[in-house]
Amino acid sequence: MRLLEYKGKELLNKYGVKIPRGGAIVRSLDDIDILNTLKFPLFAKAQVPFAGRAKMGLVRRVDTIKDAENAARDYLGKVIQDYPIRKVLFEEGGVNVAKELYVSITLDRENRGGYLMLASTEGGIDIEEVARRSPEKIIRLYIDDYEGLRDYMIRGVAQKLGLEGSAAQDFVTVAKAMYRVFTEYDAELVEINPLALTTDGQLVALDVKVMIDDNSLYRHPDISVEDSDYTTEELEARKYGLHYVELTGYVGGIMANGAGLTMATMDLVKEFGHEPADFLDVGGGASKDSVREGLKMLLTDDRIKAVLINIFGGITRCDEVARGSC
Amino acid sequence: MGMAILVNENTKVLVQGITGREGSRHTQYMLQYGTKVVAGVTPGKGGQTVHGVPVFDTVEEALRKFPPDINTSIIFVPAQFAADSVYEAIDAGIKLIVIITEHIPIHDALKFVNYAKRKGVTIIGPNCPGVVSPLRSKVGILPNHIYTKSGPVGIVSRSGTLTYEISYHLTQAGIGQSTVVGIGGDPIIGTDMLEVVKMFEEDPETKYIVVIGEIGGTMEERLAQYIGSGKVTKPVVAYISGRTAPPGKRMGGHAGAIVSMGMGGSYESKVKAFQEVNVPVAKTPTEVVKLIKQYIR
Repeated sequence: MRLLEYKGKELLNKYGVKIPRGGAIVRSLDDIDILNTLKFPLFAKAQVPFAGRAKMGLVRRVDTIKDAENAARDYLGKVIQDYPIRKVLFEEGGVNVAKELYVSITLDRENRGGYLMLASTEGGIDIEEVARRSPEKIIRLYIDDYEGLRDYMIRGVAQKLGLEGSAAQDFVTVAKAMYRVFTEYDAELVEINPLALTTDGQLVALDVKVMIDDNSLYRHPDISVEDSDYTTEELEARKYGLHYVELTGYVGGIMANGAGLTMATMDLVKEFGHEPADFLDVGGGASKDSVREGLKMLLTDDRIKAVLINIFGGITRCDEVARGSC
Repeated sequence: MGMAILVNENTKVLVQGITGREGSRHTQYMLQYGTKVVAGVTPGKGGQTVHGVPVFDTVEEALRKFPPDINTSIIFVPAQFAADSVYEAIDAGIKLIVIITEHIPIHDALKFVNYAKRKGVTIIGPNCPGVVSPLRSKVGILPNHIYTKSGPVGIVSRSGTLTYEISYHLTQAGIGQSTVVGIGGDPIIGTDMLEVVKMFEEDPETKYIVVIGEIGGTMEERLAQYIGSGKVTKPVVAYISGRTAPPGKRMGGHAGAIVSMGMGGSYESKVKAFQEVNVPVAKTPTEVVKLIKQYIR
């Protein structure tokens, strides 16, 4: 799951990454007073787990406490792409950016071993965009999971990024902190984009994206699904062991067993000219209760005009599914 | 009788996590299928039997009691303890380990997959349905009633139920399978498509190969590249699921099925990769049968 920006920043900052000053989280209008201790102007950033917030008007400069209150009122409770805004992050401005960099650590799926650090002087834009436009500007560092990330490797990357002096040293701190968050928190991705190089030679994480492996949550009591990209519906589905992903379609509430078969069923709906409205995987060996809860979700969704159930009777008992469906 | 890959009549199985609900149930199904299940392990439950299969406290003890019979292990141990069981099997010297358990933390999997590689151990999974060579042996949870005909088609798949679906249609059409391998839906798995396709290429019984892929990662693209280099002489047919899956979202139990990071992995990228090397991609699961038939006639 993807953590909200503020939570990712909190984890990175704990291990030494500089983040913008302020960093106050407002959950309701009652919290506004905590902003009084901060230095205005501030930037109000609605905590939603997707890119392009600025374009959607979800990042705003506020000059007074009144402005800040208005921003919080506008954002909180608003639902954007099915995601309810639960928190607003307020940060102080005053970061004088000389250059925006990109850096991330991810699992090296291609080699099925170790990790991969990506870095680029083209920060501030989507890395996929960079990969398309100028792939030569992406620096790749392969990290052996036993060997770990060593300082000399990071210095090599810093050099390729054109960092010098204290900024190069800071980059070692930043990369090591990212690596610690990545390994200690079972992350699938730790990304800082942009990582600002300030005019006085400091590195500050302006925006971050941290994805945590859902399977590891049992050993991270300080990570809450409330701070993730799960929508209200997805959180509800999780309680019953269902995997639910909302799609944009209008027809075919799709419920199947197994991710592959569920996706194939969605694809078939599309193949025959309709738009699938959801992915609902009841998993292997689903009980009648989880089937009933899943079906309830689909039937109460106004967008959905028809429900398509596709169960392969292998491990899952079709009679159990039938019982849950009536 | 041909050879098939990974499992055959000489496969002798240890079940780790045999006393659990899934472990015990599937031990019974494997026995019914004809798989030689020799022993089971659950720490603290040594001395019991499950469907007539003796249970031991440790893998080492089970191997000592049945030398040198056991050559394969299947793991049903719950996710939080599964990694420990994998290391135990590797260190005891078992050379093929099939991990059924889902929800194993990815960082754990990455470490034991690399450990297994260094020790020359083959891991199938995690989060997979296992392996079946029809009428000979099944090390997995694939439904018995689907795998009733051996034959020329080798299947490698990232999915479970979708594989059963396609296997069923093949069998209905009179086309048997040499071996069916479910490699698992996680981002880090022990054996990938390319490695299984190489095994099928070497296997005299397998004449045709079916690849069931899905969005996420670049496994299919890398396989296509290999096929493009001319090293696969047998006809390959593919099906890819996830065309309608939204980017950046993890698709249910398949943590590997996520398109992100500009690292390829989209439906379009995979289909294009296969088409460029003349591997036909079925538009629907049942179309796989039609495409295979064109080669067989």
